Amino acid sequence: MAILECKALSKRFGGIQALDNVDLTVEPGRVVGLLGPNGSGKTTMIKLANGLLTPSSGEILVDGKKPGKDTKAIVSYLPDKEYLPEWMTAKQMMDFFEDFYSDFRREKAMEMLARLGVSADMRIKQMSKGTREKVQLILVMSREARLYLLDEPIGGVDPATRDYILETIIRNYNPEAAVIISTHLIADVEQVLDDVIFINNGRVTLQSSVDDIRGEQGRSVDQYFREVFKC
Amino acid sequence: MEWEFRTDLPIYSQLVGKIKLDIVSGALPPGTRLASVRDMAMEAGVNPNTMQRALQELEREGLVYSQRTAGRFVTEDIRVIEENKRILARDQLDGFLKAMKELGYDREEIIALLKEEK
Repeated sequence: MAILECKALSKRFGGIQALDNVDLTVEPGRVVGLLGPNGSGKTTMIKLANGLLTPSSGEILVDGKKPGKDTKAIVSYLPDKEYLPEWMTAKQMMDFFEDFYSDFRREKAMEMLARLGVSADMRIKQMSKGTREKVQLILVMSREARLYLLDEPIGGVDPATRDYILETIIRNYNPEAAVIISTHLIADVEQVLDDVIFINNGRVTLQSSVDDIRGEQGRSVDQYFREVFKC
Repeated sequence: MEWEFRTDLPIYSQLVGKIKLDIVSGALPPGTRLASVRDMAMEAGVNPNTMQRALQELEREGLVYSQRTAGRFVTEDIRVIEENKRILARDQLDGFLKAMKELGYDREEIIALLKEEK
């Protein structure tokens, strides 16, 4: 069964149509890029999937259920901005995740933090921007979720941090779970993706596999995207 | 650390090409046990499903085989490896001959040039 399904999903904010009649499905075991320019509806889609927003019309289902208490237990979400208070230490963050999520695997997080050289008593305040991004991703990927929603995980980070983030996503690959990565930096993520969803002005214009696009177009998804979304 | 990929071909077929080259060149000798799909995917910096697809293709071509519990291995059938090596050499040769013909060389002249080359 699909882990994420949208049926004629629409979302309006006042007069603005953020998502317009979106139909799509994401199967477990896939790493999917949600690709579109700024303001195309990527974040709206992710917030609908984790229940932070409700649809204006249509339906969104996670593992066959409407977003709510049950789905939040199986959805691991990385927001596009920092949300953990600066005074927290790595240990306190792990306590926090452990309290909220029964699928949080503390040993896994500790191992990844150790490899990164972050000690348990280090405060967020003391971490560089790149380290903060990595630590947040570690927390999110240390849950044994069925659906990971990563909103712009590589926006504004240096190439070494980007490589670390992509490697962490691959390292934690689970055939039972799907990963959705929203980004407009396609060239950087293309080779870790199975499928891509193109979204523009709230409409899904394409859902295909990376290698199908490359095979049919004779060029990368990034090059194809640039043509489709030419300003 | 990650492998470089061309933009104009599917990633899985480039993985097939790279691993095939490692096998025919002896970098991965006959009978070598391959790393797990996940480790190979991490080394190449690609998605595990894409690596899986590439390995399945190599299996289909007889260059690797899997044993249910022990993992995946490079074939020990030297003939299959030699045959694939010849096909790759043929491709190189075809490209070379085509380029030389475009430069205006005929067969005899190409052979003469090759003999001059140390």
